[in-house]
Amino acid sequence: MSPVLSVLVHNKPGVLHRITALFMRKGFNIQSLTVGITESPDVSRMTLVMSEMDEAALEQVMKQLHKQIDVLKVTDLTEEPMVARELVLIQVNSPVQQRSIIHALIEPFRANIIDVARDTVTIQVTGDTNKVEALIALLRPYGIRELARTGLTALPRDSVLGSDARRVSEGQVLPI
Amino acid sequence: MPGLSEPTQDMSNNIPSEAVTEPKLLKGADMVVEVLRREQVDVIFGYPGGAVLPLYDALYQCGIRHVLTRHEQGAIHAAEGYARVTGRPGVVIATSGPGATNLVTGLADAMLDSIPIVAITGQVAKSVIGTDAFQETSIIGISTPITKHNYQIRHASEIPKVFKEAFHIANSGRKGPVLIDIPKDVAGEVAPFTYEDPPQLPGYQPTVAPHHLQIRKVMSGLAEAKRPVILAGAGVLHAQASEQLLAFAERYRIPVVHTLLGLGGFPANHELFLGMGGMHGSAAANKALYETDFLINLGARFDDRLTGKLDHFAPNATIVHVDIDPAEIGKNIPTDIPVVGDVGEALNMMLSVAVDKPDCSGWVEELLAVKAEFPFWFVQEGELIKPQRLIAEIARITDGEAVVVTDVGQHQMWAAQFYPFRAPDKWVTSGGLGTMGFGLPAAIGAHFGKPDALTVAIVGDAGFQMTLQELAVIGEMQLPVKIVIVNNGALGMVRQWQELFHGERYSSSLLEWQPDFLLLARAYGIPAMKIVSDAELSGQLEAFLAAPGPGLLECIVEPRENVYPMVAPGTGIHQMVGVKP
Ligand SMILES: Cc1ncc(C[n+]2csc(CCOP(=O)(O)OP(=O)(O)O)c2C)c(N)n1
Ligand SMILES: [Mg+2]
Repeated sequence: MSPVLSVLVHNKPGVLHRITALFMRKGFNIQSLTVGITESPDVSRMTLVMSEMDEAALEQVMKQLHKQIDVLKVTDLTEEPMVARELVLIQVNSPVQQRSIIHALIEPFRANIIDVARDTVTIQVTGDTNKVEALIALLRPYGIRELARTGLTALPRDSVLGSDARRVSEGQVLPI
Repeated sequence: MPGLSEPTQDMSNNIPSEAVTEPKLLKGADMVVEVLRREQVDVIFGYPGGAVLPLYDALYQCGIRHVLTRHEQGAIHAAEGYARVTGRPGVVIATSGPGATNLVTGLADAMLDSIPIVAITGQVAKSVIGTDAFQETSIIGISTPITKHNYQIRHASEIPKVFKEAFHIANSGRKGPVLIDIPKDVAGEVAPFTYEDPPQLPGYQPTVAPHHLQIRKVMSGLAEAKRPVILAGAGVLHAQASEQLLAFAERYRIPVVHTLLGLGGFPANHELFLGMGGMHGSAAANKALYETDFLINLGARFDDRLTGKLDHFAPNATIVHVDIDPAEIGKNIPTDIPVVGDVGEALNMMLSVAVDKPDCSGWVEELLAVKAEFPFWFVQEGELIKPQRLIAEIARITDGEAVVVTDVGQHQMWAAQFYPFRAPDKWVTSGGLGTMGFGLPAAIGAHFGKPDALTVAIVGDAGFQMTLQELAVIGEMQLPVKIVIVNNGALGMVRQWQELFHGERYSSSLLEWQPDFLLLARAYGIPAMKIVSDAELSGQLEAFLAAPGPGLLECIVEPRENVYPMVAPGTGIHQMVGVKP
């Protein structure tokens, strides 16, 4: 399984470059990388989906991340209960006569049509990787014009939102 | 003139050095000087230019010595030499653009050999960053993979905090280079100056004290061991743990192998010392590393030049790895007992736990017999000087007490093999990066670090020419640095590999034309002499080393000599060739 790492970093210029430079230097491959601010404005969370690798390699990735002075915490979510989601936008061919079929198809995925043009619709879906890939596969025969995926973002399931950040910036009370 | 503008007012002469109670307003450039003073920096190596003019203005007559090298690469290697012999961070300054890029090799070198460096670079003014301004280059982008950390300062008010962190990061944990990029206009900004103590770095908390349970595991494992060996790396030197190492090895009678960079951590004349291990290590050292059942690695990183083919490295051993950098543990060799922490602390704890002496006298005697039977060797024949004998003679004449700085190549390996280091911090060499051109400037820095010691720079005829402009520093200041050029008329190490592995096709490795090294030295005001035959070696060398002031000795040596023993690339350390004549 592709390892999923959650990495809390200082939210300051150059940090993303440090991380990607590290991956390039060490020859680590990533499948996706998302970055966004956490509840603490000084801290960002990166969610990394790594290419498949053995345990020793993953340990090395985590240790190397830890070595970065701007990295506050590295958590391996792969085996943990986690909530992991990505958002996908799919622009698919949809002549008016097919539109209801498309509607029916995406309905069970709780996907939405967020833009409609003469020959296409743009569908938005959120979910874990399996779900979004299933939808993409279903839509493919209709002709996918363009597709954009955010990559996975994740939190450990048991954690109160932001508990990770709280560990590093003491005394901060978090609104939930 | 582009890049040169706004002369800054000189405030540097009236900064109080005592702790300021109320934050005092200072200009950025003056803050830098003040910080350097507080960090007790006594010498800076550098080279000015447009973007660092305000900084150089503040440095003018500030009381901190500035050594103008003749190339920024020379400055950073000098800072490395200084750091290696003192254990304190070396400080280097370069201007933006080409000045900064000239530091790259030295940064990479310091990164691989864990040398504490604080490198200060000028940058174009904030307002023009990103516009391809004159002498703009993204040194942050360039240096990120080859520094432990780096900073670009955005306002003068950040200077005290950034410098405090930089010195702390460079010289703690696993040491390394830290670069600070200062845009030109920042140097002129005024801000309150406070020098907070200690730095707040939640993402950087190196583990210094090892876990006592791990230490117990080490000690109970040791009690059971039949064939224990200590592999001591430069971590011993960084931790200043030579005494503990000696006490520990003697208490349990464990033989000691050094890495190239660790030399001097354990006295070379000690009975239990097996020599350097690895590609050009001794037969006894490599036998010990191959046959051991209990390997205690103290601050070495299992570099491939040491291990040879990994499958054959300590194949039957329980591996203990003590390292202050957790990322080194398990990186190359699976580790059975990891110990994260400072080598000195670990040894203190190991010494405080008493366990039964392992029953390994047979093993130790066997290794000592191999050590006696297969010392590093060379055959003296004919009139030509053997480079190994040259080194052995330098060792004899300096009584093993000199600070020895080398360049990279065959002469470096011979120096490591034939100069018996009895004490730490007297050996300066470029290990991880293997940087030709390192030797001469590093010797200058080493001299500033240990001005009372005799500094001998042993360099190759090729590598010397990569940074020979630094002769100007030696000549100008008449520094008592003794330069020995081991002239084999070749890029010797390359020639050796071509002889052994490329069918003797000496592609671009023979120096059929060379400059007149003596004239060259004299042009820089350095007395020079040349020796060509073995008969004159001892006498001339004695005279050379005894003369006051700088000197350059060109020593014509046997051009076909190879470094042996050797573990050929891709083979195991038990497959050494050339252990005997
Ligand atoms: C900057 C740099 N370029 C190339 C090399 C590859 N290299 C390693 S040793 C060597 C030959 C060095 O020749 P010399 O300085 O004469 O020393 P010798 O081996 O002859 O003692 C070369 C070219 C290197 N280590 N560093
Ligand atoms: Mg040579």
